[in-house]
Amino acid sequence: MFKDLFGKPKYVTVRTRSKQEKEDNSPDSRLWTKCNGCKQIIFNKKLVENLLVCPECNYHFRLSARDRLAITIDEDSFQEFGQDIYSADPLEFPNYKEKLAKARVKTGLNEAIITGEATINGYPVVIGVMDFNFMGGSMGSVVGEKVTLAIERSIETRKPLILITTAGGARMQEGMISLMQMAKTSAAVKKLDEAGILYISIMTDPTSGGVTASFASLADIIIAEKGALIAFAGPRVIQQTINTSLPEGFQRAEFLLEHGMIDMVLSRHEIKDTLTSILKIHQVGVSNYD
Amino acid sequence: MTNNILDFEKPLLELSAKIKELQSFMDEKGLDLSEELMKLKERAAKLQREIYASLNTLQIIQIARHPNRPTAKDYINYIFDEFIELHGDRKFSDDKALIGGIGLIDNQPFTFLGHQKGKTTKENLSRNFGMAHPEGYRKALRLMKEAEKFNRPVLSLINTPGAYPGIGAEERGQAEAIARNLMEMSALRVPIIVVVTGEGGSGGALGIGLGDRIMMLEYSYYSVSTPEACAAILWKDSEKAGEAAEALKITAKALRELGIIDRIIKEPAGGAHQNPQEAAMFLKEAVLEEYRALSKLSPEELVNRRYMKYRQLGVYSEDINNATAGEILKEEVE
Ligand SMILES: [Zn+2]
Repeated sequence: MFKDLFGKPKYVTVRTRSKQEKEDNSPDSRLWTKCNGCKQIIFNKKLVENLLVCPECNYHFRLSARDRLAITIDEDSFQEFGQDIYSADPLEFPNYKEKLAKARVKTGLNEAIITGEATINGYPVVIGVMDFNFMGGSMGSVVGEKVTLAIERSIETRKPLILITTAGGARMQEGMISLMQMAKTSAAVKKLDEAGILYISIMTDPTSGGVTASFASLADIIIAEKGALIAFAGPRVIQQTINTSLPEGFQRAEFLLEHGMIDMVLSRHEIKDTLTSILKIHQVGVSNYD
Repeated sequence: MTNNILDFEKPLLELSAKIKELQSFMDEKGLDLSEELMKLKERAAKLQREIYASLNTLQIIQIARHPNRPTAKDYINYIFDEFIELHGDRKFSDDKALIGGIGLIDNQPFTFLGHQKGKTTKENLSRNFGMAHPEGYRKALRLMKEAEKFNRPVLSLINTPGAYPGIGAEERGQAEAIARNLMEMSALRVPIIVVVTGEGGSGGALGIGLGDRIMMLEYSYYSVSTPEACAAILWKDSEKAGEAAEALKITAKALRELGIIDRIIKEPAGGAHQNPQEAAMFLKEAVLEEYRALSKLSPEELVNRRYMKYRQLGVYSEDINNATAGEILKEEVE
């Protein structure tokens, strides 16, 4: 299974780290990467083989949407939809067009999410995967529309929905239109819920703001990847507000599990098998009713 | 009232001081200067119209945040004939920053929800400056479900800088509480009428803000982020708040043009804080008018229309060549 990633270099995008991306923890383009967790030098070849998880300390590097997709679904099973929806600039917000263009070049994606149908160990699903490299995974009109389209496709095909999130929050450059995507996607999840379709949300590092406060938190089963920051308000905002230091591990996946906000924390290697089990159990349940 | 005077209100206050002076001079000396007085009053009215017609967004925010701006409780007092406050989310606590209850407006029962700010520092501390915790949103949901059970319309008044960003709020699932409200409000089988009365601060506002009719008072604002935070994030410069405020398009007028809100409710001359009672009457009129229209719809029609209202929200292009960034993209790729 892990060989799939290594064997498909077109999906493995190990990027150069630029100065403005200090917070982007993806490995850089040299032969080796210094781990953000244990600070050891790890060969990129090893990292890629290990799904961009540090073999020494289990630190999880961030994945691009394409890489995430490659390690989650069956090879060649992806049938993309919604790829022809592009952000407009409804507010004519300063520099938005330029930022969009740069994000497109940088990620090779049209927007901060890719959506499609696929299979996971043979089980058919509708899947959406967000990409933090595209303007911080922020949700504007296109992300809102594509999430809604994915939900509608799930209802139509009765295939379970899997949304893998990473987001800094709302797309500020679309102002209130972006805030309203929270309402739009949550209303769509309600339709999915009423239709009785399984929805699994997988929150990865980081998932915050309007995405956490809408569709990502409304799934039947919520999985968080090990160590992921999951928040409504970011730690810096909280720190500024309360003016005291934050508790150890605050807003990390394990913290949310402890507080009853999510179903489980999984390391990257466990996600595909766990999804398969959930889909298998669910399918048995559904066919018993039919 | 002599405190909290906004900069752009000063020339008006100077004029009204002059008017008072002239009045008492007339009374003292027994002179008839009523023509002068009339002229002065006309000038004051004209000046007020001019000032308020050309307010920039930061000035509108100042009015929206004015300490004397009517709060949820003020509106309750003015528009409800009967009102009973209801407390608690039945899970953790009672949030004083987001209040709720049931009452009668012109003999029509309503379930009420509203962020509650204080007017003094002490009040504001007890109300957490109108910034709700998850408990507030969960209380709101409990009351909305109750409204649905008893077929009562919901009136929701928004006035918050945002949902509270604190440790307890995160521990108890601020994001989940807001998300859950959005999901449930989208299918609630009774009318939901929403009015932004002051500050519409992002997700904390939206958490009780999904509805059939969304209205804003003339000098309120509704934004995805405060202009200060937006400027700090995008331009690393909170001094650019003025620019951010204009760019974000957060005034009632701008949001009406964008189709985010349905209606603007007029405020008394000089803003709601100059005449809270009149402001409340304008609000009541608009709410009852919207309710009468919504009450004609069946629950199914109501919920379907509400769904479509939000389903349609979003601006995007389905052709890369029409997408605004198309040209730039090509250049950069080459
Ligand atoms: Zn390491």
